[in-house]
Amino acid sequence: QQIQEDLNKQLFDNLVSFLRQSHSEFQEKTTEWTCRMKSREIPTAALVLGVNVTDHDLTFRSLSEVLQNNITPYIALLEAKDCPGIKNLMRKLMGQLMNCCIEVDSLEDEDCVRVSQKRIRCSMTSLINWYESVTKKTDSKTPSKKRTSSSRHWQSPPVVVIFKDMESFITKVLQDFIVISSQHIRELPLVLIFGIATSPMIIHSLLPHSVSSLLCIELFQSLSCKEHLSTVIEKLLLTAQFPFKLGEKVLQVLINIFLYHDFSVQNFIKGFQLCVVEHFYSQPLSVLCCQLVDAKKRVNSLSHNQCENIRRLPSFRRYVEGQASQKQIALLTEDNFLKEIIQKLLEDLHVYHENYVSVLRCLHVFTSSLPKYPFGKQIRELYCACLENRVWETEEYESSLQLARMLNKSDLVTMLQQCVEIFVSSSGKEFDKTVEKLKEFLTQFQKLEAEAFQEQDVSVSPQKDLQKKTDLYHLQKTLLELKESRRSKKLTKFEKLRFEVVDYIDSLVRNYLVPADNKTLHEIVYFNTASVLRGHLNAAPRIALHTALNNPYCYLKNQALKSDGGSISNKAPDICIVYKLHLECGRLINLVDWLEAFSTVVMAVEGPNADAASSDQVDDIIHARFIRAVSELELLGFIKPSKQKTDHVARLTWGGC
Amino acid sequence: MSQPVGKGGGALEVKFVPDEEVLKHIADDAGIKVRKDKAQLTVSVKRFVKKLENISDNEAQEILEEKNYVAALGICAQDPVENGSSVSGSEVYSFQTPKRSSKMAELASELAQIPGQSVAPDHSECPEKTAKTPQSSSNFLWAERAWKCNLILLFAWQRTVLRRYMFILLMHVFSLLLQSKKREFVSTTPYRLRKRLAAPDPYLESESEYSASCSEEEDEEDRKEVSTVISGQKTPAKTKAAPTPPPRNTVAKKTKEDKMSNLVEEYFEAHSSSKVLTSDRTLQKLRKRRLNRQTLHDLLKKAPLAYAAEIKELNQQHESLFSKWMLQLHLGFNIVLYGLGSKRDLLEKFRTSLLQGSVHLVVNGYFPSITVRSILNSITEEVLDHIGTFCSPLDQLEFIIKRFKEDSSLELYVLIHNLDSQMLRGERSQQILAQLSSLPSIYLIASIDHINAPLMWDQAKLSLYNWLWYETTTFSPYVEETSYENSLLVQQSGSLALSSLTHVLRSLTLNARGIFRLLAQYQLENKDNPSYPGLSFQDFYQQCREAFLVNSDLTLRAQLTEFRDHKLIRTKRGADGVEYLLIPVDDSTLTDFLEKEDEDV
Repeated sequence: QQIQEDLNKQLFDNLVSFLRQSHSEFQEKTTEWTCRMKSREIPTAALVLGVNVTDHDLTFRSLSEVLQNNITPYIALLEAKDCPGIKNLMRKLMGQLMNCCIEVDSLEDEDCVRVSQKRIRCSMTSLINWYESVTKKTDSKTPSKKRTSSSRHWQSPPVVVIFKDMESFITKVLQDFIVISSQHIRELPLVLIFGIATSPMIIHSLLPHSVSSLLCIELFQSLSCKEHLSTVIEKLLLTAQFPFKLGEKVLQVLINIFLYHDFSVQNFIKGFQLCVVEHFYSQPLSVLCCQLVDAKKRVNSLSHNQCENIRRLPSFRRYVEGQASQKQIALLTEDNFLKEIIQKLLEDLHVYHENYVSVLRCLHVFTSSLPKYPFGKQIRELYCACLENRVWETEEYESSLQLARMLNKSDLVTMLQQCVEIFVSSSGKEFDKTVEKLKEFLTQFQKLEAEAFQEQDVSVSPQKDLQKKTDLYHLQKTLLELKESRRSKKLTKFEKLRFEVVDYIDSLVRNYLVPADNKTLHEIVYFNTASVLRGHLNAAPRIALHTALNNPYCYLKNQALKSDGGSISNKAPDICIVYKLHLECGRLINLVDWLEAFSTVVMAVEGPNADAASSDQVDDIIHARFIRAVSELELLGFIKPSKQKTDHVARLTWGGC
Repeated sequence: MSQPVGKGGGALEVKFVPDEEVLKHIADDAGIKVRKDKAQLTVSVKRFVKKLENISDNEAQEILEEKNYVAALGICAQDPVENGSSVSGSEVYSFQTPKRSSKMAELASELAQIPGQSVAPDHSECPEKTAKTPQSSSNFLWAERAWKCNLILLFAWQRTVLRRYMFILLMHVFSLLLQSKKREFVSTTPYRLRKRLAAPDPYLESESEYSASCSEEEDEEDRKEVSTVISGQKTPAKTKAAPTPPPRNTVAKKTKEDKMSNLVEEYFEAHSSSKVLTSDRTLQKLRKRRLNRQTLHDLLKKAPLAYAAEIKELNQQHESLFSKWMLQLHLGFNIVLYGLGSKRDLLEKFRTSLLQGSVHLVVNGYFPSITVRSILNSITEEVLDHIGTFCSPLDQLEFIIKRFKEDSSLELYVLIHNLDSQMLRGERSQQILAQLSSLPSIYLIASIDHINAPLMWDQAKLSLYNWLWYETTTFSPYVEETSYENSLLVQQSGSLALSSLTHVLRSLTLNARGIFRLLAQYQLENKDNPSYPGLSFQDFYQQCREAFLVNSDLTLRAQLTEFRDHKLIRTKRGADGVEYLLIPVDDSTLTDFLEKEDEDV
């Protein structure tokens, strides 16, 4: 299991990095452009990245990688938290530049090493010296070695400084840095890159005009996080190669967290990882959740216990009930037979997934262009709908089919072509027929087109007639006739064909987009406990505290604590009582009153038999319990000591329950 | 109960007396309130007169109202029948009144009463319903009377379980009558009334609660009537308690939106009025000795932990997750535990059961002097065996990160109890911890307790932490966590200060000790003087000379500097430029100290 999870993770990482690369490639082009700018101003690229701060790290890492490979070896990544002052900034900058230069040169550059070791005063001049020495060295010493790379790097490669989170830098530091470096721009070709999370206006609000005029800013917009998400989903979920699948609710939870909380693709992936872990941890049969070939092998080595587990699966039971009685007995008693069947079933499941994806895409092609987007613009929405239940029973499906029946020809043709492409590219073997059928449709459309030309010719002629007869009455009459004929006329060939196409798509959907719940052994590959996921990713600590304090019965299953909604009994734990009492107070709470109220409640529980004789000792205990409960509330942050009045505490929350 | 009905005349008298009392009471109070209340008074007097006129009419009405009331009571009484020991106070709970000061006591008595109901539910219910109408008038008379002249009697009633139901009944009836006349006063003055009661005789205090609880019931009735009967009287009551929330009865019926706006209103209501109505009672008047930590601890040990079995069960549930935690930690997640109750024991158990063989670091976040720096130090010194210092935590962090990246065999489990404690909740320390936890070979388990703890983290930190949330409500008391809280209002034990005093003084010369003693004694002599400024330097010098402790004012100054460095004394400059010396320790500690010193000598 462990190994599998690791594998999965690697897969993720690959995917993510791939994503970033593709994304940063378009940026790279543009940065190159800025690099060529030669002027007194510092060329600056402002990257607007959006609010998903957590993903920026990856973006920048890949960006710097790309830059390093293609443009310049001198790159420094600066973060606001490392640079509380200009001094720290310079030191960090120097350190990064010199380190990376060592890496690139990979020679024993003694000068360089010594420089960094000595930690000479970090100043711009030393930086320039260093830069000159490095560039000279590369030019003079190792011309042969550098030749190959010099095609990529220019004679004097620029130094790129990336500010990861520009908003959180201290403005003073930033201004100073820009002013200083603008003094030295001749000697040191510097390029700045600002990472911006909010809007490009922030540059002007952060930097005064005198500073920003030193910059030559070019704006770049990165891809929106939604697009990232859809790519990730497409790569992870909508492939048959990846054996693990998400259930409908789980997917919904993940997408909701993404859309309503953070817009962070990274968090989405984290959630997905968690799903994988949970699935493998909680489902003993998840050993079979792997590539088909491995799965078959593993089926053969299943132990008797595992077989029993399989027999207990609800979907498998359903399957068994559908079989003949003799087969039922065999399935339930003979392990070997069971294994065979399982292999077959797994294969079925695999094929089902393969088909599922391509049909889903096909359907998406149809629905995504319909007006009002009954299934949403993104394929993930359609996917959710299909996972949830039988898609062809939903209202949206009805309406979208109706809309599809009204598509015009050119759209329809392009859609069909797209579908053909999808089916051809998919690996499923059953689609040969469908491809043929679709192609047939296409040719028919082409024929229709040819016919339509002729028809047009025909239809032109009556118009000519119309023009001849300028008589108003006749005109009206003929128009009415035309209308009549059109209404009564049988559907044109095109319409017929359109109906056929739509019906065919419909049949495809009905065949292949069966919800996974109906499939046998779906428990092996689908992860469906959304509540666990929500609890771990999107927890609500305050609610937990609240329920614990208000309704301890939720946690402590004691009959004495059971009560109807909202109220607690006086037998509840001390802290609950104290909490309850404090809810009734205003901003300040008198401790004496509180203590007295508390003791009233507690005494009532102890009953009247606790008489005055022992009351002294009891009182002490109650007092101590009260102290404990109050200090616990303080720890939880409900109250704090107040100096406004003696022996008072201030309440930090407001409102009754 | 069997009170003769022939007390009709008495009843009238009784009705009048509280008004007078209240008038008197209000007269004491200077300021604007008097006028307002007087306005109210006239209204109420008018009403009272009117009431006299058509007393029979009124009686009928009362009976009618009472019927109403019985219905309400019936609802209350049915609850305990239905499910053993539940609370009828749900409506009271969701019901917030402007006069907050007495509210707590009300709720307390409310909660306290319930067992009485549940002890003999049928017992209380049946007679109530049957005997209601005939008894009501007599009941009410009695109640009035009792309230007026003899509150102790009421107290005695409360003690008798047999008659408890009657007490409740009385209270209700009593309030019913009261509310018709002196609603305005009671709703605004309960705590003053109570104070008055409490002042002469401290042990009457418990009764005051009952009077308060009565007024609460009354208030409830008040609401009912405000909506039905009077409209003119509503305004004075409103002006008095200006930021009144709308009556909850209606609010409950309103939609969610209203609730939201109501919440906002509540906030501003709570924070707008600069004056907060709370009683002036202080703990000192309670004649209760303050508990120090040790006795507190002992006492709590004596008190049995409630629901131990259930708590144990809860803990076992959580413990079953240990192996899962382990797996998830290894997969790069970090785990945060939340929920009510101390999670210390749970984490300890986790540590002892699973982390025995591996390198781990336990951080007691609740410890008041913990810093990020000390955490980092313990990592570098004890885990990485690095000797040397770093100029900033950032450097140290960098070093740690480097070491962990170089050596992939290094693994470290970090357990942090109370990640949200005072010392660690700062932005910078959280940033450092987050970066630390993002290392793949550092596994972090932390617990949080504060309600606003999640606000510590922004998106970037959250993604660094890579949390998995686990709800672990344990209900176990926060013994360790709260033991370090210095601001425990109730105990304020001086043991720490005392020990430090003695320790510091041990190391000083005999003369220095004598000097300190002199100062302490002088301070104790003046402890009753609230405006005691301290001992002036000149006087002190004089005294020290007389005791042959110093020979010049320079030596005294040298000694004083030493004291000041150890924070044993504080100097203040008076208005006349004279230096005054003070020992910033409370009197009891000082007395203890002197006693101890005497023993030593």
